[in-house]
Amino acid sequence: MNRVHLYVMAAVLTIAGGGFFLYKAYIVGFPLSYKTETTAWKVEARVTFTAAGKPVKVSLLIPDHQVKGFAILNETFISSGFGIVTTMEKDNRQATWSIRRAAGKQTLYYQSTIELAARSVTTGDSTPPKPKDTTLEGTSLQAAKSLMKEVKKRSADIPSMVAELITQLNRDDPDDNVKLLIGPKPNRKKRMIAASRVLRFSGVPARVVSGIRLRGTTPDFYKNIDLIHWLEVYDGKAWASFSPATGKSPVPEHWFRWCVGAGHPANIEGGDNLRVTFSARPLVEKALSSAVNRAEVSHPSLLKFSLFSLPVSTQAVYRVLLLVPVGAFLLVLLRNVVGIKTFGTFMPVLIALSFRETGLIRGIVIFVVLVALGLGVRFWLEQLKLLVVPRLAAVLIVVVGLMTMLSVMTKALGGHTGLSVALFPMVILTMTIERMSIVVEERGLWEALTSGMGSIICASLAYMVMNIKEVEHLVFVFPELLLVLLAATLMVGRYTGYRLMDLYRFKALAGS
Amino acid sequence: MSWIVSDLKRKGILAINKRNADYTLKYNPRRLYPLVDDKLRTKQLALDNGIGVPPLYGVVEVEGQVRRVLENVRDKTDFVIKPAHGSGGEGILVIGGRTNGKFRKASGTIITSEEIRHHVYNTLSGLYSLGGQPDKAIIEYRVQFDPTFEHISYLGVPDIRIIVFLGVPVMSMVRLPTRMSDGKANLHQGAVGAGINIPTGTTISAVWENDIVEEHPDTGYPVVGVTIPNWKDLLEMAAKCHDMTGLGYQGVDIVLDRDMGPLVLELNARPGLNIQIANKAGLLKRLDAVEKHRDSLKSLSDRISFALDNF
Repeated sequence: MNRVHLYVMAAVLTIAGGGFFLYKAYIVGFPLSYKTETTAWKVEARVTFTAAGKPVKVSLLIPDHQVKGFAILNETFISSGFGIVTTMEKDNRQATWSIRRAAGKQTLYYQSTIELAARSVTTGDSTPPKPKDTTLEGTSLQAAKSLMKEVKKRSADIPSMVAELITQLNRDDPDDNVKLLIGPKPNRKKRMIAASRVLRFSGVPARVVSGIRLRGTTPDFYKNIDLIHWLEVYDGKAWASFSPATGKSPVPEHWFRWCVGAGHPANIEGGDNLRVTFSARPLVEKALSSAVNRAEVSHPSLLKFSLFSLPVSTQAVYRVLLLVPVGAFLLVLLRNVVGIKTFGTFMPVLIALSFRETGLIRGIVIFVVLVALGLGVRFWLEQLKLLVVPRLAAVLIVVVGLMTMLSVMTKALGGHTGLSVALFPMVILTMTIERMSIVVEERGLWEALTSGMGSIICASLAYMVMNIKEVEHLVFVFPELLLVLLAATLMVGRYTGYRLMDLYRFKALAGS
Repeated sequence: MSWIVSDLKRKGILAINKRNADYTLKYNPRRLYPLVDDKLRTKQLALDNGIGVPPLYGVVEVEGQVRRVLENVRDKTDFVIKPAHGSGGEGILVIGGRTNGKFRKASGTIITSEEIRHHVYNTLSGLYSLGGQPDKAIIEYRVQFDPTFEHISYLGVPDIRIIVFLGVPVMSMVRLPTRMSDGKANLHQGAVGAGINIPTGTTISAVWENDIVEEHPDTGYPVVGVTIPNWKDLLEMAAKCHDMTGLGYQGVDIVLDRDMGPLVLELNARPGLNIQIANKAGLLKRLDAVEKHRDSLKSLSDRISFALDNF
């Protein structure tokens, strides 16, 4: 009964903690390792114009949050004195700056950080209505009809049809139909517009989109990036992209769709000389911070009730604090499964925490020196026959004094930083000295040294585990793992088998 | 490694995790612990139940009484001062005589009354108690040991530990102090542990410092084959302690006094496991047998005869 209860409890805790962990790791996308990096891009659209001293309204199409393969981590609008609103205009998001009165040359910026190849937050595209292009008439209509007839003959489905169409439009020696459809001075943009019109004419939803290429790895600013255009065709489930040069689908991963449509992305009322230039810069970012930024948009309440909502200094405290359960669990194993004796149940964990400040070897040296000196003083105090509490206080004072001296001396002797022993738990040290001196007196030096060594071994192991960056990362980013740890601790709590040390202890009984 | 595990399992060796999880935590309700952790309460309880204990000379409860601690023993030459909440034999001061206004410890070293008072102060402030709680000091009769153990004990008083499970004595040993243990009867301090055959009350094997021994290391007299006098009385006394405290799994420490016979020295709610080494036998099979027949083991005589027949 009791056991069943325990197993159920442990299972529930494991499922709850593990499930939430998996959700955060694989759905929300928090990285499992602190080392994981992602490449993000800082993109910027710079809008310049000359205001005519009248009310000005400038609109700019800006990227949608739901661009496949990309995630917008944050965005900022830089504009002095302008009011700013963002709205949805048909397929695009649009930012509109407005001001009552402006004159002379003006500059506005839109900046956003974009993560490539991120897990998309996109829910499926909505099905567009069946198009009916009526802009084609007369000879163009005839040209489109015969071109499509030709194309359909050589294709099996929508992707192959689109590819074939693009090939036809790109031919070096275009036939008259193509020439007619594209018009004079052909370029890629014109070809894509023609392709979308022909496709819409034959009942396939198609559109031209504008975007920029995010390419390059050096942390330079790529300035004056040209807008490129490609084709998007709705294939019955989603919008598929087609490269304008080859007709290949989809387009390369680094093609970032800025907006839908081939027109100018900006518009102005009350000014002229409107110019938009795009620039971009790669940012190598810790996957963690980009995940946090992303979650701020996609799972705001999750983030609000997480450690990331705390001030950075408090976060730093929890980074250390959350390691204590890990150390405690290790101690449970070392004591109840291995059977190592220590002074004080959790003393080694606290010592291990202070080793994080000092480093392992230096930490052990400091610990041994402090305990040895403290014991010396303690034995001398023994002769004075002091009452217990004053004697403990005296040892505590001596321990603090010794720590101070040690710090000053290492600094004076050229230790490069002095000692950062601020976290060395002096009360714990004092109690350790007291317990140890009593054990020495009552059970002998050997027993005291055994427990002392046990404490150092446990503290070192706890330090080594708690100092693994991955461990720190995991418990801080996924504190729900503590539930799993709790379940494991509960299970060890009912471990009734032999400890490793029992085998040694009862060895006289084995095999005889 | 694994053959050791299977061998220990086959022999039914009880280890600490299992003792805690399946015996002490299961059969010893927490609320009963104060009965055995406070030796003063144990003593009173035993007296109420007609179980012999060393007579009490006095109790020191507050610092103010420490100055007059020795007034309790003005007419005594030997006595024992011990903490009411002590564990593992810590903080026990045995005075064996007086000399020139000073006191002589059982070990022979001389101690002043000032040092005795300091010891009592330390006791009161919780130095020897579990968890460092403020404590009381008990001054009581020093047991005069029975001639049975005259040749196989060094300085201290041997005590007989009987593990009582659900009122049935399941295993027993006698702990013989040595020079190494400084007169103390704790195995880990170097005392000899000799397992006692439950039906006969005769020692059957002995262990000293993890080694199997036949003779007392200091006196050279055999420690195996010694029969405890009035053994059945001791078993009954131990079994009665179960009715007295209600603890399902406990260790009863009994000393044999030359004049007063068997006296219960203390009870232990978490008795140690070395008794298995002294007996060269595991506890588990015996505990399982008692658990299996627990419904038919109600009366004291049933329980004693079950122990005599089975172990």
